Amino acid sequence: MGFETRKKTGRILALSVCAFGLALAGTSALSTLAHAAKTTLTMGMVLEPPHLDPTAGAPAAIDEVVYSNVFEGLTRIGPNGAVVPGLAESWTVSDDGKTYTFNLREGVSFHDGSAFESTDVKFSIERAMAEDSTNAQKALFSAIDSVTATDPGTVTITLKNPAGNFLFNMAWGDAVIVAPESADTNKANPVGTGPFKFSRWAKGSAVDLVRNDTYWGTKAALEKATFRFISDPAAALSAMLAGDVDAFANFPAPESIPQLRADPRFTVVVGSTEGETILSTNNTRPPFNDVRVRQAMAHAIDRQAIIDGAMFGLGTPIGTHFAPHHPAYVDLVGQYEFNPEKAKALLAEAGFADGIKATLKLPPPSYARRGGEIIASQLRKVGIELEIIPVEWGVWVPEVFKGKDYDLTIVSHTEPMDIGIYGRGDYYFNYDSADFKALMASLDGEADEQKRYALMSDAQKVLANDAVNGFLFQLAKAGVWNAKLNGMWENSPIQANDITGVSWSD
Amino acid sequence: MIKALAHKLIWAALTLVAASILVFLALEIVPGDPAEVMLGINATDEAVAALRKQLGLDLPPLQRYFAWVGGLLTGDLGTSYTYSVPVSELVAERVVVSLPLALMALFLSTVIAIPVGLIAAGKRGTMADTGIMAVTQIGIAIPNFWFALLLVYVLAIWLQWVPAGGFPGWEQGLWPGLNALLLPAIALALPQAAILSRVTRSALLETLGEDYIRTARAKGLSRRATLSRHALRNALIPVVTIIGLQFAYLLAGTIIIENVFYLPGLGRLIFQAINLRDLIVVESVVMLLVATIIAINFLVDLTYVWIDPRLRTSSDAETSAAQTQTDGAS
Repeated sequence: MGFETRKKTGRILALSVCAFGLALAGTSALSTLAHAAKTTLTMGMVLEPPHLDPTAGAPAAIDEVVYSNVFEGLTRIGPNGAVVPGLAESWTVSDDGKTYTFNLREGVSFHDGSAFESTDVKFSIERAMAEDSTNAQKALFSAIDSVTATDPGTVTITLKNPAGNFLFNMAWGDAVIVAPESADTNKANPVGTGPFKFSRWAKGSAVDLVRNDTYWGTKAALEKATFRFISDPAAALSAMLAGDVDAFANFPAPESIPQLRADPRFTVVVGSTEGETILSTNNTRPPFNDVRVRQAMAHAIDRQAIIDGAMFGLGTPIGTHFAPHHPAYVDLVGQYEFNPEKAKALLAEAGFADGIKATLKLPPPSYARRGGEIIASQLRKVGIELEIIPVEWGVWVPEVFKGKDYDLTIVSHTEPMDIGIYGRGDYYFNYDSADFKALMASLDGEADEQKRYALMSDAQKVLANDAVNGFLFQLAKAGVWNAKLNGMWENSPIQANDITGVSWSD
Repeated sequence: MIKALAHKLIWAALTLVAASILVFLALEIVPGDPAEVMLGINATDEAVAALRKQLGLDLPPLQRYFAWVGGLLTGDLGTSYTYSVPVSELVAERVVVSLPLALMALFLSTVIAIPVGLIAAGKRGTMADTGIMAVTQIGIAIPNFWFALLLVYVLAIWLQWVPAGGFPGWEQGLWPGLNALLLPAIALALPQAAILSRVTRSALLETLGEDYIRTARAKGLSRRATLSRHALRNALIPVVTIIGLQFAYLLAGTIIIENVFYLPGLGRLIFQAINLRDLIVVESVVMLLVATIIAINFLVDLTYVWIDPRLRTSSDAETSAAQTQTDGAS
């Protein structure tokens, strides 16, 4: 009897829930009609971050969710790549370039309600520098000698030697400011000072952020943002076409770009990234230790054919290791024009008229796998026979990058402003040039922007003259988003999806 | 019966031990270190060493193996290196997607395949049979991811009836969850149904040649009644074997479909974990799957006994037969 009644009540309950649901659906449809501007965003991403603490891991996917949105640093990188104020409102640099005094913003609090003060800055930087630190970019902090919290609103950082790129370094995701109370749990529950708060992470599927209504600066227009992880390029296209996601800042299927461009529902913007895609060459391994062989390769490679064949036309040819959108960029693409005859002549001059046999290790990204096949066929025409060896990242890092056991490989160096890697003698190119190192040393000691640019352009020319690596193209970023969406970044001067300025038009 | 059961349990335990050694060894040999992968190419050696220590990766392999197996025995699957949460939590989040998906697909495949197999066998040699065989041949030949893309294109992009992929989570309600799993379940089910209906047909055709079928027909039973009452039950053993295999496949081998529909299932968990060298997740999830597959096989064995009463008493029957013989001899 009791059972019967319960069953009935259950049914009535279920029915009323249905009715209520329908009513709700009706009203929400109506309210959407009433004020049309949406306040939610679903952004597609290819890779899921392993965790959400940018100070404890290298994967770009971490920054792509939390940088600027959840976490902020003393400085930050703006849409055009310039360093702009972040949690530090302003700063002064001493004449010797070794003391930086940061004036912090007032009224800033972390998402858990605790106040942001100079002690948090001291804690964050010292934590990153500590012996047991697991910061993936510890080198960013290597110039720092000491951090002093002068008063709650002021931090003084003393450097061991002048470092011209110090403010830039402090803008990286790895240098964001965290609170001592939440630092250890940021991986699963990130607590920052940004305009968005972490809400939910359905692992394997999506991360949800919600607006921080107590944000110190301009509050975000979006109330909720979802980062949804879609690794399959075909699935990414379907999700875009079906309207399941509103935007892909970095769309993974370049072959579908013409189709999306033709669709009036979408905006397609091909922008630039910090990814110099290069044919990395082991500069100490014969025959590549001979500059003529490397120059011959530079002449044998048709960069545009690689961009067309491997990247569906998306990408900008480069002639050195520098991003073309940077003001200090020097266009050196013409220095080694595509000329197989000249390549053969250079090889003959170096004593390799009979040809060369070498290996080409290719990591998984399609720029490497597809590009590698095209390069192998181009080099074969001048007598360089390459054996292609596909490798996983898990193998590439210990073997190629750490072990330097390779002849040639293709990889995109996606860190911003990373020309300095050529000054590290132990870097996997095995490139050791006194000239270049001297240039890097003067660059470190120079704070004047124009002089820095001049040094940077000299450095670019040295790399091109030495033909250190095969400089192929700057990785493009094909952004696809709903045509009604405003404020999406065109370029990626840093690996991030800064959605703080994104809004919908009516 | 009990003896046979004990026998099976011992084998199951040995299989698990062997699997644990193989899985552990395989992942020890595979190049790539979780800490290195986590911290990327610019990390200092110092930072990598600090992380290795934090994760316990600096301990000798044998010690790590026993710590892991010891944990498994007490139900502790370990803590993920990359996500820093218990592996059991990760598995629980994924099982609520993978298990319903596998069950839906298995259900669809079975309810399609058995009637189709029955019809094909019943109408052997007719146009219907030839037609069914042709369609199932195509069903086997079509890769399921291609079929999935086709479904997405028609039902999600063109007609916009269902989402193109993703999983909203069961907390959004039963219907949105089932709705999200519908296309992937169909994409998984149809190729399996094609295989299963062919197996059903050939198993039926084999039993149809048996003497007892002729007897059933001779006593006046209709063709259809013979088929469904006598032939089907006897043909079920190979069919159940295939269903068992398919279930194991659907539970763990659906990575491609999970990718096409970007579902957070077990397959993708393993795939992501392998890429990130989250060894403990790979090891524990693989062990869990091995255990599940052993359990499924065990269930399949039990089903044999339920389907075929002769298996239930076979050992007893043998003994009694032997006894009769000795009795006769004395």
